[in-house]
Amino acid sequence: MAYRSYLMVCAGTGCVANQSMKIKEKLETEIRKKGLQEEVAVVTTGCNGFCAVGPLMVVQPDGIFYQLLKETDIPYIVEEHFIKGRPVKELMFTPPKEKTPIPKLSDIPFFADQTPIVLRNRGVINPENIDDYIARGGYEAIAKVLTSMTPEQVIQEIKTSGLRGRGGGGFPTGIKWETCRNIPADKHYIICNADEGDPGAFMDRSTVESDPHAVIEGMLIGGYAIGSSEGYVYIRNEYPIALDRLQTAIQHAREYGLLGTNILDKGFDFEIKIARGAGAFVCGESTALMASIEGRPGEPRAKYVHTVEKGLWDKPTCLNNVETWANVPQIILRGAEWFSSIGTGDVSGDPWGGSKGTKVFSLSGKVNNTGLIEVPMGITLRKIIFDIGGGIKDGKKFKAVQTGGPSGGFIPESLLDLPVDYEELTKVGSMMGSGGMVVADENNCMVDMAKYFLSFTQTESCGKCVPCREGTKRMLDILEKITEGEGTEEDLVLLEELSNVVVESSLCALGGSAPNPVLTTLKYFREEYEAHVKDKKCPGHACRKLITYTIDPHVCVDKGHGCHVCAKNCPDGAILGETKQVHTIDVEKCGKCGICYDVCKFDAISVE
Amino acid sequence: MNAQMLETILHRHPKDPSSIIQVMLDIQNELYYLPRDVLNYVSEYLNVPLSRTYNLATFYKAFSLKPKGKYPIAVCTGTACHVQGAIKIMEQIERELHIKEGETTPDKKFSVESVRCLGCCGLAPVVTVGKNLHGRIPTSKVSKILKQYE
Amino acid sequence: MGKMNIEDLEKIREQGRYKMALRQGTGRVRIIVHMGTCGIAAGARGILTAAMKEIELRGLHDVIVTNAGCAGLCSHEPMMTVEVLGESAPVKYVYLTAEKVKRIFDSHVLKGQVTKEFALEVVSEKTHS
Repeated sequence: MAYRSYLMVCAGTGCVANQSMKIKEKLETEIRKKGLQEEVAVVTTGCNGFCAVGPLMVVQPDGIFYQLLKETDIPYIVEEHFIKGRPVKELMFTPPKEKTPIPKLSDIPFFADQTPIVLRNRGVINPENIDDYIARGGYEAIAKVLTSMTPEQVIQEIKTSGLRGRGGGGFPTGIKWETCRNIPADKHYIICNADEGDPGAFMDRSTVESDPHAVIEGMLIGGYAIGSSEGYVYIRNEYPIALDRLQTAIQHAREYGLLGTNILDKGFDFEIKIARGAGAFVCGESTALMASIEGRPGEPRAKYVHTVEKGLWDKPTCLNNVETWANVPQIILRGAEWFSSIGTGDVSGDPWGGSKGTKVFSLSGKVNNTGLIEVPMGITLRKIIFDIGGGIKDGKKFKAVQTGGPSGGFIPESLLDLPVDYEELTKVGSMMGSGGMVVADENNCMVDMAKYFLSFTQTESCGKCVPCREGTKRMLDILEKITEGEGTEEDLVLLEELSNVVVESSLCALGGSAPNPVLTTLKYFREEYEAHVKDKKCPGHACRKLITYTIDPHVCVDKGHGCHVCAKNCPDGAILGETKQVHTIDVEKCGKCGICYDVCKFDAISVE
Repeated sequence: MNAQMLETILHRHPKDPSSIIQVMLDIQNELYYLPRDVLNYVSEYLNVPLSRTYNLATFYKAFSLKPKGKYPIAVCTGTACHVQGAIKIMEQIERELHIKEGETTPDKKFSVESVRCLGCCGLAPVVTVGKNLHGRIPTSKVSKILKQYE
Repeated sequence: MGKMNIEDLEKIREQGRYKMALRQGTGRVRIIVHMGTCGIAAGARGILTAAMKEIELRGLHDVIVTNAGCAGLCSHEPMMTVEVLGESAPVKYVYLTAEKVKRIFDSHVLKGQVTKEFALEVVSEKTHS
């Protein structure tokens, strides 16, 4: 007999780290104990997206969303919900500051405001079960392409849809495919870039984890359109779960003859190989990535000749990222017009004229609802952060949102109503990038954040060209000087000048965009730089040389009764005082780590 | 690394110079570092000059030429972890173990390093110990986590 | 399974249709079996199984069965509510047996005609008249 209910347990990296596999086992044991194993099935799914509240599961067909599960909760859920039909309120999601739980996933604002296309199968299928993918219309697009479309028609469809590269640059996908197809060669290659290097970005990991076949199908369609029979997925070695699911998916597709020769009996051959990245950010750049697949150090080359012409092993190569490929089957099935009805602008005359479809973002930092979201292009940053993201943690004040990773920039509160699309984000000095979105609150220092990103790109610079190798180093020196309170006003001028030189003269996009975090913070948060330089103060209280911690003696004794917790936790032994007495900080000894500030339950410690 | 394990790894990949990075990754995943004699052998087997192999081993962050501890600790320093205080976590680990980033404890039990984003930004700050991932850890919980491995 | 052609793909899709409808919570008809303490005591589990069997036997892809708590009418258990998408009101069926469930499937679930003789409203009308 068929199951009446499915328990969709999230098995994305985040939930697995929070022991979701133990939850799954416990569910199975309890269900067997109660004799429900013929009625209720447990299914592991890819990343659900709402990582903030994992481990989590969704009970279908009711659509009930359970969060922050513990093994000990399971017997109660099984008894109450699956036997007696009473969903357990205590384990449902309750928005911060509210009291009533929201039972259904579809009613939770985090999910309700999303438009899943790339992530349409997340939480619905078991990513390790190819039949699940097929049941959701999987491999129908490649069947349609092979039976009723010429490669030119496929390319035309993608061009009309307005799909642009989701890896960062936003290059029109159809044009890339067409150019690659038109280069005569004995062999063409397809590459899927899954070397998600931006810190603060995990869209591609999640997509591969929750729907690996969508990526494979997209590559198959691309292969047919371009005239290629061999593809590579270049994926980070640091993503073991994604790698594993991709390998499984490729193997299943091979067994079904959906990869290999004479696919679906239509005379089309295509094979996919996996190449793992070895931890070099610069390998997100196409020429560096291809060098790495060939077994060489990932150093970019100047692109006088583009990779669509001479790429992997000097053959014409079409490279797109995970999200771009995963969009392709849906565009083929539902049509270019449907796709281009979502988003901004008009792409009918000019392929750069708008941003179509959706974008997946990984929302993290100081928001309540961290996780993975897919929203239509053109949505405002405010809606993303305050509606879907549920606002700022602990009631703090919003300061900035960083988009586009180390290549992107910081966007201040005054621009929160900006519609998210390629052009608008670029206009304000940031970029779409691959989709990282990190929120900073009043306690983050913008100079420190700029320094953080620059030190990242500085370390990841491959060293081939001087502006990037030396320029970013000198910029970092200046930023370090500023955060240590040694900066001058001339330094700010020099910093800006150096930034512009690095942008204009670097060999590849890594250097070309590395100064963006510095330039945008200088533009929107100049007063913070000035506070560091002129007043020797850090408004975000992050730069240690510029802050002091003090204990309010009244609060310490009256409210906290001299609890001594701060002194116990101080790694420097800088806090003086006995239990029940006033505690004070020895400024000479204090390493300004802030642990006392974090552990004080009575808010007796302040930072200036 | 015993000869049999090495053979298994080598047979997973085509005998071609382009396989070098993939082979090195497999060895790194097993041993958490690349021993010199193994690299000598692999270079010869795949017909890659040793200088190139050394170039790769130092270019890519995934590789290490020095042995790590039994429990290699990696502190994620991605953006989300940074804003949630990854530096404090690193400092606390350094204090607990009396070693600095990039070092190994004298008893070869722990080594500590920082890594770029692990992609679990929703769980920030994140630390991995061996293959286990610990998320949302406050500074005060660091010593408790380390104790699990003693 | 070996190499597939397009018909094979279609077969897998067909086989998975019910599973996917359940997992997305979409369906034309929703059947709710009331499983409070008294419902279970009166045999609600058997009714649930009976409903699932009907779905299986008839190969339906658009009927969802879920359970809910006590409906507050303990004397009329076992009960189930049938809700057809786009129809005015859900109908509660009372004093159920497997045989009655079968007949409700025949008329209400498949043809949209309420099986009045087992429905709560009809029953209560009778008692009041």
